Order: sequence, then structure tokens, then C-alpha cells
Amino acid sequence: MNETLLVQNIHSYYGKSHILFGVDFSVKKGETFCLMGRNGAGKTTTFKSIVMLVPPKEGKVILNGREINGLKPYHAARLGIGLVPEDRRIFGELSVKDNLLLGTSSGRHGYWNLEQIYTYFPILLDYQDKPGGTLSGGEQQMLTIARTLMGNPDILLLDEPTEGLSPVMVKVLKDLVLKIKELGTTILLSEQNIKFCMAVADRVVIIDKGHIVYEADAETFRHDDDVKKRYLAV
Amino acid sequence: MNNKLTTMAPWLAYFLIFGSLIFVGGDHTIHIASQVIILGLFAIAFNVLFGTTGLLSFGQAIFYGLGAYITGMMAKSFGGDFFVWALLIAPAAAIVLSVLLGVLSLRLSDVYFTMLTLAFAQLAWGICVKWSSFTGGDDGIQAIPKPELLAGGLNYYIFSFVIVTACLYLLWRLDRSPFGSVLKGIRQNPTRISFIGMNVFRHKLLAYMISSCFTAIAGGLYAGIDKSIHPDMFVWTMSGSIILMTILGGMRSFFGPLIGVAVFILLEDEIGRATQYWSFVIGAIMITVVLLFPKGIVGISRHFARLFAKKGGQRDNP
Repeated sequence: MNETLLVQNIHSYYGKSHILFGVDFSVKKGETFCLMGRNGAGKTTTFKSIVMLVPPKEGKVILNGREINGLKPYHAARLGIGLVPEDRRIFGELSVKDNLLLGTSSGRHGYWNLEQIYTYFPILLDYQDKPGGTLSGGEQQMLTIARTLMGNPDILLLDEPTEGLSPVMVKVLKDLVLKIKELGTTILLSEQNIKFCMAVADRVVIIDKGHIVYEADAETFRHDDDVKKRYLAV
Repeated sequence: MNNKLTTMAPWLAYFLIFGSLIFVGGDHTIHIASQVIILGLFAIAFNVLFGTTGLLSFGQAIFYGLGAYITGMMAKSFGGDFFVWALLIAPAAAIVLSVLLGVLSLRLSDVYFTMLTLAFAQLAWGICVKWSSFTGGDDGIQAIPKPELLAGGLNYYIFSFVIVTACLYLLWRLDRSPFGSVLKGIRQNPTRISFIGMNVFRHKLLAYMISSCFTAIAGGLYAGIDKSIHPDMFVWTMSGSIILMTILGGMRSFFGPLIGVAVFILLEDEIGRATQYWSFVIGAIMITVVLLFPKGIVGISRHFARLFAKKGGQRDNP
């Protein structure tokens, strides 16, 4: 089985409003897959549907060959989906270390533990006793990614990780994602930042108004200026 | 080292104050101190729900009353030697009841949860008052027997002090454990806790069970102070006072609720001797604290500690 995550024809709703119209893609083991689209295109809803925070009304989400529709979010997390959400991302009143330890709640063991995290994120070691809320935006983003890695997920979902970060931080984040990728981690990324996406992704899909409108490998996407103009407004 | 000292300082103060009373306290002081530590246990157990998990139960009195009535009625029926055993049965019963009530009420959020817990406690109070052939009705239960060793105010205070300290130590460990972090995480953002891989409902239920269990121990201990209990222990003003005392002391600190209880009871005692309008004065103090220092007495002292630290040339932590 080559696919870590299969999203098959999912339709999701917020109350009565129909947001996703048959979204369909698959993420292969070990690849970095980027979901691109404008604001409001349905990127975050797709992520929320995958982790069952907004369970799809139709279609299937299959993780490692197992259908996870109808499971609770905590159950999906334990099966190996690690979501790094786009909103403010940490437990502000808990120390950095406690934030990281909470990440082990999934009960999954593997490559990542406190030691490994501190090697990859030395800044978190310096701040380990500080309340998470005192970190800068970029540091909090690092902490969220680190916390999610602590759960040793089979697939890491990064929802617009560069949003609101300074160019310097974006560069740091890019290097980090590349390092994590090198370890063989499967990554599903959503982005508006085309440069960032092209720097890390192996394959790209574009979502627009709840439909998947484009799919290609990163190399093809790089030269496809027409598509970038049409769907990503650059 | 310094860090360790700050963590242990509240414990040191606790042992200094409540331990030294064993040697220097008069009858009245011991009586007041017994009330403080027992209600303090109630308040700290309540704060597992309120300050830690973010669940405002307006009906924790149900477990307090339950603990008191189980202990009181069993000691009354089976004799004073059974008193200590009854103190063990009370928390067990509270755990069973808390599972039943928790499964029903924790599915609701915020104010609906609060209202339902209030309704259950009032129901228990109603049963306690009306079923007088079993519970003694409005009169409650008097002359609850205790083992001879625990007779006398001082002996009973020492006994309560040992039990309360053991309970507080367990709750303190819990507060600082990974489980405690999860509860704090639930207060801050339950959705986030769920996609980290934790079952939010189950953790809330566990917190509710733990809180109720220790509340029942406090109730059982209370049955031995004056050897009399009454249905008012179930009533909403009981739950309400505990909420007030917790806020007064500071709900974001482990010992805050105990400080709130101590200040509240001391004020009640002192002002109560001077005027029958003591509740008016306490009300005024409450309003002042809540408006000016929402983090309670602990918040006030931290505020001043920080001011002094600043004057000493140290930098304030952001």
C-alpha cells in the first residue's frame, strides 16, 4: 500500500452551507503534498474534514487503508493524523515543556521524543520552562509543529504554516520542513505562499471554491504560470 | 534551587500555620482551624473542576452532603467505631454518584452544565428534607458518635489535619502531572486537546469523579466536627460559598482556594462578633477583590511581589 492518506470525493458542510464539493486526492507515503488555494477556497475545511472536526457528509477519508469516517477527532489523532492548525496554536498558560509532553497524548511512539525535539528545535530547550504564551508568533508555530511531532504521526498536516510569519521565520520554517521531510515523514501542507510551496512540495493540487481544479508534480507546477495566475492571483 | 523553593514555600507555610496550631491553639481556634482545613479541602477539590478544567459546577454541595450523611448515618447506626470506615465508604459512594451525574451533565456545555449540576444538588436537598424518617429531615442528624480516640476538639483536628494533608498532597501531585496538563489544556481549548489525541469527555468525567471523591471526604470529616449535620449542606448556598471562597483566594493557584476559605471564615468569625451584618461586609470585600484583583488574594500578593522584585532592580518576566 503506497498511499498514506486517501481523500475520496468528500462533501463537507458548515451547517447548511456546502463548502467542499467532491474533494479528491491522495498522499503517498513519504511525500510532501501541497494543497494550494486562495482564502476561503476550502483548504482549512479540507483539513478539518480529514481530522473529523468537520466530518464529511459524503465520501471517504482513508488512512493507511483504514476508513476513518465517523471517528472522533481524538481517535483520528491516535491512528496517526497530526494536525498543526492555522489559528493560535499552543496552550499559552502551560510551559513549553508541558506543551510538548501533551503532544505524546496520542500514545504513539517512534522517532520523536523530547531529546530529538530539542536537537531539532534548540530554541525550545532554552524556553522549556517559560509559559508558551510568552513566545513570539514564529516560536509558537515551531512549538506547535514540535508538539505535533511528539505524537509521532504517520502524516503531518500543516495548515498555512507561513501565515503571519516574518520572511526570516519563513526561511527557518522552510529549512525545518525540509529536514522533517528528509526523515521520511509524510506531509500534507496547505499554503498560499507559492515560493514556500515550491521549495518543499513534491506534488501540488489547487482547490478553488471547494473543487479540486488542478493537480501536478511540483516541477510542472513551477512552470505553469497560467494556472498560478488563474487560481492563485499572482 | 530557587525554583524549587518557590514551589515548596506554600507547603511550608501550610505546615507552619496549621501544624503549629496543634501546639498553641485554644479550643475556639482549633474549632475554626478544623473548619478551615475541611472546607479548604472542599474548595481545592472543587477547583480541580473550576480553576483547572474550566467547569463551573454549581452543585458540588451534593457530594459534600453525601459524604457527611453517609458518614453520619453509618456511625449513628453501627456505632462510633464505624466512623472511620464510613469515611472510606463516603468517597466511594461519591465516585459512583459522580459517574451517573457526570455522564448526564458533562455532555452539556457552559451554563447548561452549571444549571444541571445546580438542579441535581437541589433535588438531593429536597429528598434530604422530605424523607425525614430516613435522613432526619430538617433537623438533620445529631450526636454522631466517633471513636474515643477522636473525641475532643484537638484530637479530631489532628486526625482531620492528617487526612486533609494527605488528600491535598494527592491533588497537588495530580495538578502537576501530565493528566493535570490535559485538564488545563481542556480549559484553554478543548478542540485542540481532541486533535492531539485525547478524549475530552473522558478527562472531564475523570476530573469530575476526582473532585467529587475528595469533596465527599471533606463532607465526611465535617460530620465529626460538631457531631451534627443538616440538610443545608446540600443547598445551593453551600456550593455558592465555595465558589466565592475559591474566587476570593485565587482559582489559578493550587492553594488559592484554601486561602480564600481561611480569609472568609476568619472574617465571618471576627466581623460576626461585632455586627450581625457581617455578610454585608464580606460582600463588599468580595466585590472589591473581584473588580480590582480578579486573580484573588494570591493574585494580589503576586502583584506586590513583582513590584518589590522590580524595585530590587530585577527585570519583570513578560
